[in-house]
Amino acid sequence: MDLRKDKKKDMLCTAVALAAMFIVLLVMELTMKSTSILFTVMKKGVIYALVAVSMNLLNGFTGLFSLGQAGFMLIGAYTYSILSMPVSVKMGESVYKYYDCAIGIELGIFPSLILAGVIAAVFAALIGLPVLRLKSDYLAIATLGFAEILRALFQWDAMGPVTNGANVLRQYKDLTKVKIPFTNIQFPPTLFCFLVSGICIAIIVLLINSSYGRAFKAIRDDEIAAEAMGINLFKHKEMSFVISSFFAGISGAMLAMFQYTVQAAQFKTAMTYEILLIVVIGGIGSVTGSCIASFLFIACNEWWLRFLDESSNNILGLNILRSGFRKVVFSIIIMIIVLFFSKGIMGDREFSWARIRAFFARFKKKAAASEGGEPNV
Amino acid sequence: MSDSVLRMEDVTMQFGGVVAVNNLSLEVNRGEIVALIGPNGAGKTTAFNCITGVYEPTNGQVFYEDKLIVANHPSGKMKKAYQGMNSEKYIHVKPIDPTPDQITKLGIARTFQNIRLWKSMTVFENVLTAKHMRARQNVFSATFRLNAAEEHRMHEETLALLEEQNLLQFKDDLATSLPYGLQRRLEIARALATEPKLLLLDEPAAGMNPQETEDLGQFIVQIKEKYDLTIFMIEHHMDLVMRFSDRIYVIDFGKLIAKGTPAEIQANPKVIEAYLGVADDE
Repeated sequence: MDLRKDKKKDMLCTAVALAAMFIVLLVMELTMKSTSILFTVMKKGVIYALVAVSMNLLNGFTGLFSLGQAGFMLIGAYTYSILSMPVSVKMGESVYKYYDCAIGIELGIFPSLILAGVIAAVFAALIGLPVLRLKSDYLAIATLGFAEILRALFQWDAMGPVTNGANVLRQYKDLTKVKIPFTNIQFPPTLFCFLVSGICIAIIVLLINSSYGRAFKAIRDDEIAAEAMGINLFKHKEMSFVISSFFAGISGAMLAMFQYTVQAAQFKTAMTYEILLIVVIGGIGSVTGSCIASFLFIACNEWWLRFLDESSNNILGLNILRSGFRKVVFSIIIMIIVLFFSKGIMGDREFSWARIRAFFARFKKKAAASEGGEPNV
Repeated sequence: MSDSVLRMEDVTMQFGGVVAVNNLSLEVNRGEIVALIGPNGAGKTTAFNCITGVYEPTNGQVFYEDKLIVANHPSGKMKKAYQGMNSEKYIHVKPIDPTPDQITKLGIARTFQNIRLWKSMTVFENVLTAKHMRARQNVFSATFRLNAAEEHRMHEETLALLEEQNLLQFKDDLATSLPYGLQRRLEIARALATEPKLLLLDEPAAGMNPQETEDLGQFIVQIKEKYDLTIFMIEHHMDLVMRFSDRIYVIDFGKLIAKGTPAEIQANPKVIEAYLGVADDE
C-alpha cells in the first residue's frame, strides 16, 4: 500500500516538474530575444535528445548495435520537407530548379511530421528483414551501409523530381510557421520542439517499461534464454528497429524544421557517430542519460566552446586559439568523461525521485550531525 | 488421447564428421519423470537442443503429444557425409525446423546446464518476462497501458509463483546475486511461468551438495504433481536419478545403450561398462 502511495507521489512530482519546465520555457520565450543562442541550443538539444533516446532503445535496451540512425533521420527530414512544402513553391523555380516536382500535394505540419516517422519506419521494416539476422559488429556494418545507400539514393539524379537531387530543399513549413491551433498566433518554437520531443520520449519510456520493453531487455541480456522462454527474437528485434526508426524519422523532420534547409549531404555517417557519442556519454541503457548528454553535447559544440575558435582572444599571449581548436578541447573532454565515467554519466540508471529524496535525507543527516555537535553513538 | 508426450524417432545430430546424437529413439509418457543419463560428452544436451529447436537435427523426427514438431533428413552435402542410420526413412516428410520460441509456445519449457538468467533483471522481472509469451496484448496496448488487467494478472501470478518457490523474499534482488542453488530454482520457476506441460531440466542438480540434491528431488516431484507436468531431465547425480525417476535412458557416444527402470539400469552391465570402463586384461 505504501509503495503505491509513493508511486502516486512520484508521478505527481514528475507532472509538476514537467509543467513547471514548460511554463518557464513559455515565459522565457515571451520575454527573451528569440535569436538568443540559448534557444538554438535548447531546440537542437531536444531534437538530438529524441534521436539519441530512439537509438538507445535499439542499442541500449534491445542490444542491437545499429548505426543507421542518420539514414532514418534523412528519410524523416526529406519526407517532412517535401510533403509540407507549399504547392506554389514546388511548381516554381526557386527550389526545384532543375527538375519538375512530381509531388503535387501539400500537407499540414502534423500530418507531415507523422508521415515522416511512418515512411522512415517502412524503410526500417524493409531493411530490417535481411539485416536483423546479423549480430553485433556485422549488424553495425550492415546498417551503416544501408544508411549510406539511402543518402546516395536521395542524392541520385533520377530521384530529382522527388528529392531535388543533391540540391537544397527550402521554403517548407519550418518552426516559424507553427501556429497555435485555430488562431493565427505563432507557436513558441522552442516550446513546440520540447512538446513534440517530450511526447515522443514519453512514448518510448512507456514502451520500455511495458511487457515488450522487458522482452527487449531479455533479448539484450541473453538471446538464447529469451528464445527458450518463448520470445520470438526476429519479431521483437524488428519491432524495436521499426519503432526506433519511426522516432528517428520524426526527429529528422524536426531537425529540418529547425534548420530551414535540408540537404542529404548533411546526414553523413559522422552524424550517426555524434548520436552514438551522446548515447555512450549519457549511458547505454539510460533514457535520462541520453537526454542530459544531448544537451551537454549540443551546448559544448555550439556555444560554450565556441570562444576557443576565435583567434582574437589570446590567453597568456599564446597563439593557440584558432578555428578548429574547439574540437581538440572537445575531444579531451570526451576522453576524460570516458575515463572517469566508463559507463557514461548515468550508467544504466534512470532519474528517480526516490534517489533524490535519499540524497537529501543523507544531506540533512550530515547537517544535523555537524550541528548537533555530539554524535549520538 | 494417447499417453505419449514426447517421442523421438531416429534423431541424429551430426556436426561435420562428429555424430553427437546417433539414432536416438525414446518416449516420454504423461506424468512420468524420465531421466537421460550418460558420461560426459555423450550428447545429452545436444539431444535436448534437437527437441527445443536450438539445433536442426540431421535426421529423424520428434513428436509432441503425437504431433510432429521437428523433422529432417540428410540433404545436400550431408547426404554423402551422413554417418547415421535410416537416412532414407524420412525422405518423404517435409522438414520442419521450428525456432525455440515456437517449441516453448507448444508447452515445452527448459532450463539450462549453465544457468542463463537475465542478468540485469531482478528475480521478479525474470519470472514476469517469461509470462510475456502467453499475455494477450500487442505493442500498442502494452505501451499505452490498455492491457492493465492483463498486466495486473501477470504481476499477481508472478508473485504467487515466487511465493510458492520460496523466492518471494528475494523478489527485488538481482537474479545473479542469488546463491547458486536458488538461481537454479529461479530458472525452474521461470520455466514454469511459460505454463508448460513438459519440462526439460538440464542437470538441475549440478553443483549441489547431497542435502540440496535431496531437496531438489522432492521439489521436482512437488511441482510435477502441482502443475500436472511431465518431466524429462538430464542428470549426473545417480542418487537423484535412481530415487526419483520412473524410467531411465542411458546414452554413450550419442547412442542409446540401455533403457529401463532404475533397478534394471543399475544391474545392466553395459551401463557399468560405459561409466567405469572395461577391465583390460583377464
